[in-house]
Amino acid sequence: MSAMDNALSEAAIGSQILLSRIEVQGVLRRRLLDLGFVPGNVVEVVQRSPLGDPTAFRVNNTMIALRKEESSLIFGEPVGGDAR
Amino acid sequence: MTYTLALAGNPNTGKSTLFNTLTGMRQHTGNWAGKTVVRAEGEFTRSGTSYRIIDLPGTYSLYSNSADEEVARDYIIFEQPDVTIVVIDATSLERNLNLALQVLEMTNRVVVCVNLMDEAKKLGIRIDLDKMKKRLGVPVVAISARNKTGIDALFTQVELVASGALVPQPVKIPYNEDIERKIEELEPYILETLGTRYPTRWIALRLLDGDESLLQSLKANMDALPGTSQSSKEVIPHGHTVCH
Repeated sequence: MSAMDNALSEAAIGSQILLSRIEVQGVLRRRLLDLGFVPGNVVEVVQRSPLGDPTAFRVNNTMIALRKEESSLIFGEPVGGDAR
Repeated sequence: MTYTLALAGNPNTGKSTLFNTLTGMRQHTGNWAGKTVVRAEGEFTRSGTSYRIIDLPGTYSLYSNSADEEVARDYIIFEQPDVTIVVIDATSLERNLNLALQVLEMTNRVVVCVNLMDEAKKLGIRIDLDKMKKRLGVPVVAISARNKTGIDALFTQVELVASGALVPQPVKIPYNEDIERKIEELEPYILETLGTRYPTRWIALRLLDGDESLLQSLKANMDALPGTSQSSKEVIPHGHTVCH
């Protein structure tokens, strides 16, 4: 929606991101939607692996790790203070 | 008369615990035809009614086209169990209801079974079962599969739905105008090709989604049984004409 949104892959550890767009396509898009990567939902960036990829996200009370390939195609804005 | 039940739900919701509680030792396991997905089924009798129950693979969805999800989807659509029991985890309702709503688009013969209520209580989660029942339009029952509580209440509802004494009216999920218009356009063609044996609106949605895997299953199923077990529903109109 807004031009201010950033890719999930760029979000700071510990920040809460209000999702705005999911640009992943195909079967994987469906999978991500099913797991809770839905516009309007808030995900928490939990931790990044030592080599920088993948990153763990908490969504709907469940931890899910995504690689940059996917997380760079999911966009949102930080909520609850200026986490970035 | 034996009713057929299917158990659906996310992984780790206590589905298999419920299955084992119900069937005890009377269960067989094998694989689904042509798939390396475990198939568990069993038989039991409750209050004089006998049931056959299938434990579907635990999945988050029925649309991602993994082998597990295809098995679960095809069973509900093609085998049309008398009741599908959707087991949901009280501690993670949002994700669990995603699957429940998918099942409600496929069939109205559903009883939703909320498990792990005690865990939810510990986390301070309060669940309004009456409200869920009203919003979903199907019976909603709380159980604890581990402590074997709530099973009688569950089967009161299962029996009502199986026997047809209760015909649930599940919530119809509205889509945006564009999609609704296209569903309307497709429905007559689907009815003409498939008749009323499958949920027309759901098939229309799958077609709009470009779901190739469903189309393949549909074709395979129609080739395999040109009106055998499914034909009972088509017999009814003939019966009516004879009466006149």
